[in-house]
Amino acid sequence: MKTLIKNGNIVYFDKIERADLLIDGEVISAIGQNIKETADEIIDATDKCVFAGFVDMHVHLREPGFESKETIETGARAAVRGGFTAVACMPNTNPVLDNKFVLRYVQDKAKEAGLAKVYPICSITKGENGELLSDMLSLYRSGAVAFSDDGKPVRTSQMMRLALEYSKAYDLPVLCHCEDMDLTNGGCVNEGYNATVYGLKGINRASEEVAVAREIIIAANLGAKVHICHVSTAGSVEIIRAAKKLGVKVTAETCPHYISLTDDCVAGFNTMAKVNPPLREAKDVEAVRAALADGTIDCLATDHAPHAHWDKECQFDTAAFGISGLETAFAVNYTYLVKTGVLNLPKLSALMTKNPCSVLKLPGKGIAVGEKADLTVVDLNKAWTVNPSKFASKGKNTPFAGKELFGAVEMTFVDGDKKYARDGE
Amino acid sequence: MLKNKDLLGLKDTPKEEIQLILDVAEEMKKIVRSPHKKSPYFAGKSMATLFYENSTRTKSSFEFACSYMGGVYSSLNVATSSVNKGESILDTLKTIDSFGTDVIVIRHSMSGVPHVYAPHVRAHIVNAGDGLNEHPTQALLDMLTMRERYDTFRGLKVAILGDVKHSRVARSNVWGLSKMGAEIRICGPGTLLPSGVEKLPGVTVCATVEEAVRDADVVMGLRLQLERMTKGLIPSMGEYHRYFGVDEDMLAKAKKGALLLHPGPVNRNVELSFDVVDCRQSMINEQVTNGVAVRMAVMYLLTRDNKVV
Repeated sequence: MKTLIKNGNIVYFDKIERADLLIDGEVISAIGQNIKETADEIIDATDKCVFAGFVDMHVHLREPGFESKETIETGARAAVRGGFTAVACMPNTNPVLDNKFVLRYVQDKAKEAGLAKVYPICSITKGENGELLSDMLSLYRSGAVAFSDDGKPVRTSQMMRLALEYSKAYDLPVLCHCEDMDLTNGGCVNEGYNATVYGLKGINRASEEVAVAREIIIAANLGAKVHICHVSTAGSVEIIRAAKKLGVKVTAETCPHYISLTDDCVAGFNTMAKVNPPLREAKDVEAVRAALADGTIDCLATDHAPHAHWDKECQFDTAAFGISGLETAFAVNYTYLVKTGVLNLPKLSALMTKNPCSVLKLPGKGIAVGEKADLTVVDLNKAWTVNPSKFASKGKNTPFAGKELFGAVEMTFVDGDKKYARDGE
Repeated sequence: MLKNKDLLGLKDTPKEEIQLILDVAEEMKKIVRSPHKKSPYFAGKSMATLFYENSTRTKSSFEFACSYMGGVYSSLNVATSSVNKGESILDTLKTIDSFGTDVIVIRHSMSGVPHVYAPHVRAHIVNAGDGLNEHPTQALLDMLTMRERYDTFRGLKVAILGDVKHSRVARSNVWGLSKMGAEIRICGPGTLLPSGVEKLPGVTVCATVEEAVRDADVVMGLRLQLERMTKGLIPSMGEYHRYFGVDEDMLAKAKKGALLLHPGPVNRNVELSFDVVDCRQSMINEQVTNGVAVRMAVMYLLTRDNKVV
């Protein structure tokens, strides 16, 4: 099967060039001007952009255990609908993704779905209990790409030290959900004026920043690598920036909602805006954007956290944390980072593909002859209004509902196969 | 006329409506004070109370208000009801709604509960306290107590002292009083002040109780929950009383004849000294009477037939 994508703007990690691109089987076989080759399908990509398929290093696919929120199949479908050709899924399932049986189950389900590639992340500690390390090496050899106790942060400093020390010897990526639960103390929104106005329990920025500093200091003292998940505060940005300057091997990610929304969204007890870490204030949004521009934050991930409607249609305190993010991520990033002039398109492509692949040590050289044809075609000029009922994800929980965004994913190719086409909907 | 179907808080209640409720409450108070407590303002109507949190006076106050206006009521005992069997708040509310109740009075430990569920029921919802958020009828009765003494709220100096962070009474008072033009002074230990409190409308944060009370027209103590101490938010009741409590000497620093308010129940010798509770300036019992009047006014205005134009 050959597919010829004609006249698109090819977005590389460092430049944009108008060219034709030929997919032959699973790989990109030619890039150039006026490719004349006969193909089974010819796609006119005039005025459209062709990106290396986005890679989301932080999603929750909920299966096994929470299939009312999402399954691997619906999550993988949401991924390709959002332009993601690969996702790495977090281990806070039931049972926890801490053993080979569950790992195998996730791999099989992903294969059955045959949509986006799914890379499982296993838990740092058994059962995410923070007490005993998982069989990290065996799990890594069986296909886990990284380790994280996301959603249930490793409580003690000593356990985090052991995790980083053990993983260092084999260069296993460790992704840290940074939160000091004592400081969080039952909070559910950013601690600030809005928390006070609505009488909601606040989460002080220190809850995140103390943990960010802790992981960085431990990593620095061991000479180990560490990756910081979902950075949300100006203070975390400063800590990471300083650490990088000192040569600490730290990488970091943030999410579309932290570069676009503030805690003003919780007005009227809007549970769709309840997420952990919480939406912060304008100065934090500014700092996180600047950190993406100057390389302090390396990756954009979604922290896709789908929930059933009843998990959100209740009082704020008991509503679940999380945003279903796969299907709005690109458009939010494009609208709030590129259209505003914070970043250019090649830089966005690096943040959404190259850098996550580098942290997870996945193949991801981008668009080049001989590489796997993981590609996303996007119409940047297309304005659209977010309508969660159209999501492929089971999770319709998004604070972006009704918002107008720019940049629509037109097609997604995984290993040369067209897995999503917008006009086919 | 009240614009909204429900009374959820004073944050979203316009100034004119607050004024109207207080005006009507003044009339209702005459009924409360009269030897024949009978009036037709809620006749043929019904009220249900649904308290997920304990209440000493608020629940009784609503019940009396209903009876004095000729209405019927039922108070759901949450502890022995189907709520205890795991029924959701919405399902419970819909059940009560289906009894044909005109007003449902709800209290819950979580902020926003009445706001989230009110749109799903036909009955008028009155918020009797949601988490840390609002307790509008308490603030209204406080305001009625102030208005009976002073002609206007404009420029009135009100000191609110103590655990503002966990106080829905304080929040509702801030929203209501600031709309009417009062100056609000807040003082409490750092661990009991909410983030950004200085940005609330009409609010000045004072470093000491003395600074807050000096020249004040109204001094309001807030109830301190015992668990604030066991959880380490304050070092001891003794230290709290010494630096954040009000005694007769402190009250003397306020304007002559200033009102002393407290939402009750009082912890004597904690928020207020033992004797100051019973002093001539103490309005604590008057507040209870005004509570019935304000709740009569609210229930009457919400259910008045020609409410919707």
